[in-house]
Amino acid sequence: MDRSQANTILDCKGLNCPMPVVKTKKAIDSMQSGQILLVEATDKGAKADITAMVKRTGNELLEVEEKDNVFTFFIKKIK
Amino acid sequence: MGEKKKRMAIIASKGTLDMAYPPLILASTAAAMDVEVGIFFTLYGVDIVNKKKNHSLKVAPIANPAMPSPIPFPNILGVLPGMTPMATMMMKSMIKKINWPTIPELLNTCIEAGVRMIACTPTLEMTGVNKDDLVGGVEVAGAGDFLDFALDADISLFV
Repeated sequence: MDRSQANTILDCKGLNCPMPVVKTKKAIDSMQSGQILLVEATDKGAKADITAMVKRTGNELLEVEEKDNVFTFFIKKIK
Repeated sequence: MGEKKKRMAIIASKGTLDMAYPPLILASTAAAMDVEVGIFFTLYGVDIVNKKKNHSLKVAPIANPAMPSPIPFPNILGVLPGMTPMATMMMKSMIKKINWPTIPELLNTCIEAGVRMIACTPTLEMTGVNKDDLVGGVEVAGAGDFLDFALDADISLFV
């Protein structure tokens, strides 16, 4: 996916657990259903953590990519 | 995702800086995962929600052989004056290095996310701490109230 497809971009680089999950959820809560959130994180656990949170909250993880130690998540808000 | 929210009940019984983090990290994460969370603060754990104390929680090096040290250091020397402030300073600098929020900041995150916080009444009575000394939003109750919440919990933890 491309950055331009995101409605909101959240920078969690340099933050550690629990903050990337907490901030990502806060961002999802402030968005409209159907919108796309892009999150960037460097926490090594973020891939597993954010994936779990998105699934548990009934939202959709469209894509995760890893490049130069940065994870980029594309999340679609469902609910 | 179902109709009924999952629930987590935690007892926080420790009042050191290191042990204040686990219950709050789990609570803030669970709340972000749409889990209903309640933390029951008891004994030393009440310090975590005590406004006068929660920004100056300490780490004890004595009897804590896992405490990292820049130089090899016999644990018994932790009794020396100044060792607790030194260990606390080291822990705070490690916390800062990984960009962790402070305990008051993390508490605030939990409260904003709707985590229910309960301070144990006998502990308050015993230590002379008033409800006014507690962070706003903290309720006071005893074991019966916690158990009533925990009996319907999917996860129960004692920290």
